[in-house]
Amino acid sequence: MEIVLVGLNHRTAPVEVRERVSFTAEQAQRAAEELRSRGILEEMLVLSTCNRSEVYGVPPESSHECAPGLSSFLSEFHAVRHDVLSVSLYHHYDQEAVRHLFRVAAGLDSMLLGEAEILGQVREAYRFAHEHGATGPVLNRLFQGALEVGKRVRAETELGTRPMSAASAGVKLAERIFGKLSERKALVLGAGAMSEQVISYLRDRGIGQLQVMNRSRGRADDLAKQFGGQVVGWGEWETALQSPDVVVSSVSADEPVLRREVVARAMAARGNRALFLMDLGVPRNIDAKVAELYNVYVYNTDDLTQIVQQNRNARESEIPHAQGIVEEHVSKFLSWQASVELVGLVDALRAKMKEERAAFIRSRMEPMKHLTETDRAHVEKLMDEMLEKLLLEPAQRLRGERELRRKIQNVEALRDLFLSNREKP
Amino acid sequence: MNHLFPILTALAYVASFGLYVRFLIAGDKLTGRAGTVLLGLGLVGHYFALYERSRGLHTVPYHDLYGAMSLFGWLLALTYLGLELYHQQRSVGALVLPFILVFFLTAQVAPADRLSPPEAHGPTFAFHVTLNILAYSAFALSFVLSLIFLVEERFLRSHRLGGVVWRLPPLELLERMSQSSVLIGLVSISIGTAFGFLWVYRLSDKYSLYDPKYAITLLVLVLYAAYFRLARTTAWRGARASKMCVFNFVVVFLSFTVVNLYLSHNHRFF
Repeated sequence: MEIVLVGLNHRTAPVEVRERVSFTAEQAQRAAEELRSRGILEEMLVLSTCNRSEVYGVPPESSHECAPGLSSFLSEFHAVRHDVLSVSLYHHYDQEAVRHLFRVAAGLDSMLLGEAEILGQVREAYRFAHEHGATGPVLNRLFQGALEVGKRVRAETELGTRPMSAASAGVKLAERIFGKLSERKALVLGAGAMSEQVISYLRDRGIGQLQVMNRSRGRADDLAKQFGGQVVGWGEWETALQSPDVVVSSVSADEPVLRREVVARAMAARGNRALFLMDLGVPRNIDAKVAELYNVYVYNTDDLTQIVQQNRNARESEIPHAQGIVEEHVSKFLSWQASVELVGLVDALRAKMKEERAAFIRSRMEPMKHLTETDRAHVEKLMDEMLEKLLLEPAQRLRGERELRRKIQNVEALRDLFLSNREKP
Repeated sequence: MNHLFPILTALAYVASFGLYVRFLIAGDKLTGRAGTVLLGLGLVGHYFALYERSRGLHTVPYHDLYGAMSLFGWLLALTYLGLELYHQQRSVGALVLPFILVFFLTAQVAPADRLSPPEAHGPTFAFHVTLNILAYSAFALSFVLSLIFLVEERFLRSHRLGGVVWRLPPLELLERMSQSSVLIGLVSISIGTAFGFLWVYRLSDKYSLYDPKYAITLLVLVLYAAYFRLARTTAWRGARASKMCVFNFVVVFLSFTVVNLYLSHNHRFF
């Protein structure tokens, strides 16, 4: 019941290798079928994202023995030369494989520390593999544990709470003022890549209404169509600024496009309802004096970058806490794994003893001719009862006592001790 | 007097405060929920502590100033818990619990039997006092919420965002919570004052119908009604309305202390 992991990620492989070794859902299914038919793995799961491709498996024999075969399979499956691939691959076994997966689910192994998407990707990979029968009891337990780790780390630490890009920081700041954005309106000035990124975040956070204003109407139309917004004619400031709660500006202009007088008039018209202005333009699109207006909150690129830096430091300070949760669950999983193996061992031991009991009774009772059939049956019954008594109590303790399972580290040694011919349960 | 309930209440409030602080800093949802549960347990313990105190003194909990303070603390906790559950927001707990604790503990250390009882009895008077204390506790809560609003707003405007700002409720939610609290206060003080007038009318031979307390209570009513109107619809919404709420509570505080103790004849009980 060993676990093997072979994979690569953003730290070990450049993007040109990662993109060649990534799996589509169909490829993951086909790989699972081939690995099983070749007898390399009994259970398997592929976790493939833009930053990592990892194969988790339970081999029929030793995990160390199966790893080279798995590496060769990946090379063959993706038609990448083995010498090119092997330098990027990492191999983890048992405890290290468990720890690695839990760290991945916690966001500790991500390119962007604590990112939230990876947990959804782990959940989706598990759901897919489970539905297609690729997983078994070990990987089911392992991935359920990983999902629990991911959830706990996000609930109990600040690892994933604070925004890590200027665009997401701006959207989060808007939420500090307005709360949920579902009943709010946003106006985006400009239709470039930065605007698109902000709109994407706004949509993720459920913004109620979206308006796009751009000098080039065509690009604004495309963006509005893509994200389900409306287009507003460029320069219609007086009317455009009256209704939105959030205004994002990312246009190329030598001078500010939103001047103090314009915003002041708009604020008067909207009854001083709070207005959040996110200025992502360089040079700045919003006159610095706008920030002096009542109920107006202005954040420019520098402000947002500074917040992102503070958040990065805060996330890093949460690593030990998250690591503690990971270790707690690694220990929990290993304990479960040991319990399954130990209970299997006790069952095998019981079967072996029963078998030996029969041979023992036959040889020892042969000379005792004076015993009747009833006496013999009685002696056999007494021996059975004694064996049950000897084995039942340890089996029950192993099932119930986690600490005892933790103490018994090497199940293989016990197996060798009691089952000389290494019978597998 | 039985000290079991006061001790259990103090323990529950202190633990709840610790958990709310932890929730505010770390954002652990389970810790926040545990804080709410302990606040609820504290409320139950506090109720029995008030009950025991009343039984021991053979009178109502507001028999003396300290009993009134304890009742104030209990109603403040009750109002806060109601608002927390209604608005699903527990980040403010860490900032409200110290007030609850101060009122509760101050009342417990006071030697109740050395204080003179009020010359008042009967259900009308009981409703008058209880509803007015509820109103004052609701106004106190809106005061705390407005202070949090002003601090958070200052941080957001000056771009100084510490770790805590990300955990505090959004500004608009703080405004809504403050307005909910003021609404509770307005309704309570209106009904409570009506009961007060009814009681004075019945005992007009004993109590004066003219008291400076009436004028200041009317002023409190007008000020909070104005806040309620201005904070919701006009150009005053935001920091200006919150500053007004803080000012209003200063008037409430003066009404509860200076007016009661030095100017009012009918309310000088303590």
